[in-house]
Amino acid sequence: MIMETITSIKPLLAVLVSLLVTPILISSRSPNVREAWTFAAAGIKLFIIASMVPAVLQGTEIVYTIAEVVPGVAIKFRVDAFGMLFALVSSTLWIVTTVYSIGYMRALNEHSQTRYFCFFAIALSATIGVAFSANLLTLYLFYEMLSFATYPLVTHHQDREARSSGRKYLLYIVGGSIGLVLPAMLICYNMTGTLEFSRQGIFAGTEPKVMMTVLLLMLVLGFAKAAIMPFHSWLPAAMVAPTPVSALLHAVAVVKVGAFSVLRVLTGIFGIDLLARLNLGTVICYLAAFTVITASLIALSQDGLKRRLAFSTIAQLSYIVLGVALLSPKGMIGGMTHIAMHAFGKITLFFCAGAIFVATGKKNISEMVGIGKRMPVTMVAFFIGSLSVIGLPPTGGFFSKWYLVLGTLQADQWPMLVVLLSSSLLNAVYFFPIVYKAFFCTPEEAMFENRVEEAPIWCVVPLAVTAAGSIALFFYPTLFLKLAELAM
Amino acid sequence: MSDQYPALIVVVPLLSALIISAVGWVNKRLCFPITVAALAVASYSSIGLLFRVLDEGVIVYRLGGWQPPIGIAYYVDYLNSLVLVVVSTVALLNVIAAKKSIELEFPEKTAPFYTLYVLMVTGLLGIVVTGDAFNLYVLLEIASLTGYGLLAMGEDRAPLATLNYLYMGTIGACFYLLGIGYLYIVTGSLNMVDIAGILPSLYQSKAVLAAFIICMVGVWLKMAFFPLHAWLPNTYTYAPSASSSLIAPLMTKVMVYVMIRLMLTVFTPEFVFDTLDISNVVVWLAVIAIVMGAILALAERNLKRMLAFIIVAEVGYMVGGAWLGNRIGMTGAILHIVNDALMTLCVFLVVGNIVYKVKGYAFKDLQGLFRKMPFTMGAFVIGAMSIIGVPPTCGFFSKWYLIAGAIQSGHYEFMAALLLSSLVSVILFFRIFEICYYEPFSDHHEHDHQPEPMDEAPLTMLVPLLIVAAILILVGIYTGDIVNHIIKFAIPESLI
Repeated sequence: MIMETITSIKPLLAVLVSLLVTPILISSRSPNVREAWTFAAAGIKLFIIASMVPAVLQGTEIVYTIAEVVPGVAIKFRVDAFGMLFALVSSTLWIVTTVYSIGYMRALNEHSQTRYFCFFAIALSATIGVAFSANLLTLYLFYEMLSFATYPLVTHHQDREARSSGRKYLLYIVGGSIGLVLPAMLICYNMTGTLEFSRQGIFAGTEPKVMMTVLLLMLVLGFAKAAIMPFHSWLPAAMVAPTPVSALLHAVAVVKVGAFSVLRVLTGIFGIDLLARLNLGTVICYLAAFTVITASLIALSQDGLKRRLAFSTIAQLSYIVLGVALLSPKGMIGGMTHIAMHAFGKITLFFCAGAIFVATGKKNISEMVGIGKRMPVTMVAFFIGSLSVIGLPPTGGFFSKWYLVLGTLQADQWPMLVVLLSSSLLNAVYFFPIVYKAFFCTPEEAMFENRVEEAPIWCVVPLAVTAAGSIALFFYPTLFLKLAELAM
Repeated sequence: MSDQYPALIVVVPLLSALIISAVGWVNKRLCFPITVAALAVASYSSIGLLFRVLDEGVIVYRLGGWQPPIGIAYYVDYLNSLVLVVVSTVALLNVIAAKKSIELEFPEKTAPFYTLYVLMVTGLLGIVVTGDAFNLYVLLEIASLTGYGLLAMGEDRAPLATLNYLYMGTIGACFYLLGIGYLYIVTGSLNMVDIAGILPSLYQSKAVLAAFIICMVGVWLKMAFFPLHAWLPNTYTYAPSASSSLIAPLMTKVMVYVMIRLMLTVFTPEFVFDTLDISNVVVWLAVIAIVMGAILALAERNLKRMLAFIIVAEVGYMVGGAWLGNRIGMTGAILHIVNDALMTLCVFLVVGNIVYKVKGYAFKDLQGLFRKMPFTMGAFVIGAMSIIGVPPTCGFFSKWYLIAGAIQSGHYEFMAALLLSSLVSVILFFRIFEICYYEPFSDHHEHDHQPEPMDEAPLTMLVPLLIVAAILILVGIYTGDIVNHIIKFAIPESLI
């Protein structure tokens, strides 16, 4: 099938809109005006992205070149189905998160809210930039922009704990990108003269296998935002950030940018055929499988709710990588749709964790016995979110996991099937007790008075919306499945 | 008018310097406008010249109409027209930004300062524009002597540090002169193009070899190429802000230009890379320079000295890139002259603003600066990103070319050094960001606490700084154009 391409400035606008709004945010006189501008930017961004959906669904690619910076490589956008899938998810959830941020930040009376909203907007620009990148250099540009834009968000509290977490964050993320991705990218460029993503990959296929393996590992591990072990421990550390940051960035945007970049490297730089021929997919599969199981086991032992969610995220990210590394069509659809499905489920869980903190000040799971009677809406949403992450119907997570399982069968990878199923079991084991203890506990055990007192409405509505979204994705998954199929 | 650009670039500032020193006796306030006007003419002419070169190719200008080799000729080609634009623009932006701090730091000596400033810029522009090897020496001395004056005006320890620089700098210049003397003996000419025409038959001569090596050592000394860098950190640290933000971006970069000019035009790439077999050694020296610069910077507890050591590392980038022996590495080196001048200007202007407001540049003076001076620090972040090498700032792209050159020529040690230096830069700058951002730690929990009021530098300092920060990003995005339309033609075809 020959791809039709059209040139349009829309991708650039979609990236820039949240970047250009930051001066207005800084100069806004009142918080309400500032938040109104954030909503405006988020709305326009979603509108621009959504306006490109019909074209993409028809198999058209939208390209826009800014400037050729090195021979053969330009700063260039290309909107394809996979990028569209990711951009849609992040820009939709940005709006919800903005609502939630207002509730959370104002309820806790946090300082420097202007800075917070500005860097959030910049981070979203970078995320959409990654989604729409046409080549590895452009992707790297926005990846780095995202790394540095999220630093002030992670370290928002500006205390000693934030500083040490910030250091860890930089060490892994920037160390990975400069230390591994940059040289690997330059070596690829020197070998092939291009970095443009294409279905066949950029290599001729005659390069020595050792070289290919080393480059692949450098790229896959170097994109440390994907949190593949042993490059994962920045993510639990980053949980010192305010919860909306953890929710949108460390469950959706930042970490998925990592997984997205890894997927682009696998499908666009190396190409499925080359990986299959050199049997490199299996290497990545085992790396991901190890991460899935280990992270799930660690999650079991975490008492901090956000930390448990963080380790769960590490495991789920490797699902995405695993799905594509299976190199079977069904597995790839599963991996790609998991970006969307997991996003809705996990952001709900983080919203709930934040709502609990706002309403009660509790951060640890052991202090949440009986909380279901105090915050019923929140905990029902939590239940729905956990269903989605485990992969049970009636939630969207069921579909991605279904395709992943089919993918393992299609690829004849029985060990991976075992990994997926046992990991689902582990997910259930670390999520269900929280929900169970929240609702079903003896009066002696209960730690909360028996009256309903939810977090502020600005917090509750978003988490209800994303929980409803998880369920809606079970009944209407077509858009994302279609995009994932087109991306193949 | 536009035919006279090459002369205007040098003559206008030269005459203006004389006028400034005279006017200074009458009314000190007139010095600044004259300085700005002179530098603006120089910038305007250099930009006009760059466009003429883009249109017409190399321009030869004979001073006073005398024919070479007797007369002095100015050659303006793709290489130096680019550097001319950088030098004149940096000097212009810096003098505008520095006005307030000059008036604050030495109110009595503004007239001599502006005189020396313009003379130094004259020297630097002359070095770049001239096509005569001896004339270059003369202009080098003009730039150096005025530079010593500018640097020594600083803190208590500045005169001693500058004296050290004077000794080292003089030795460096003498080496260069000695090398040119050898060349004159064997070729009987001082005109660069003339020499280049005569030399090929003499490439096996020991005298030519000696001339080249001696010139190189002299130039390396002047550009602070490790281990010949010892004069630089103290000199730049104790100098007044206005001088260090002129000299730090320009002096070392202009000397790198001289090195590249010698390698490409006076001698040829065939001689430098084929006849001589020392490029591996020089690349290794560059690797050591980069690593040592980075490590020494890491040991500093003072912003200005740290930046000074970063310059030592950056000089290693450019020398290494030029000596990789391939086109892409040379492209990186030339591009880095432009980029490094701009980003060094950016961070030194930031230091100027900080010193103006905080009266110090030790790490402990920097606490809480993100709140106090958000715009200055914003520019600092962009400058730092450029030095670290984060796209789309320009520093990334020259690093890209340098690393690509290293891979192509198989010098993986140079690639490793560049990556290491980038990572160390991350540590260096984030250590400072941390101090500016977290400290002083407040003991009570931060909610509700009143932020310190903003206390920014005056607009005349801030606007040029923000312009430079914007240029860093623009140059980055338009790297492709700079390389394809200018640098590509600056490197002889014979270098592949």
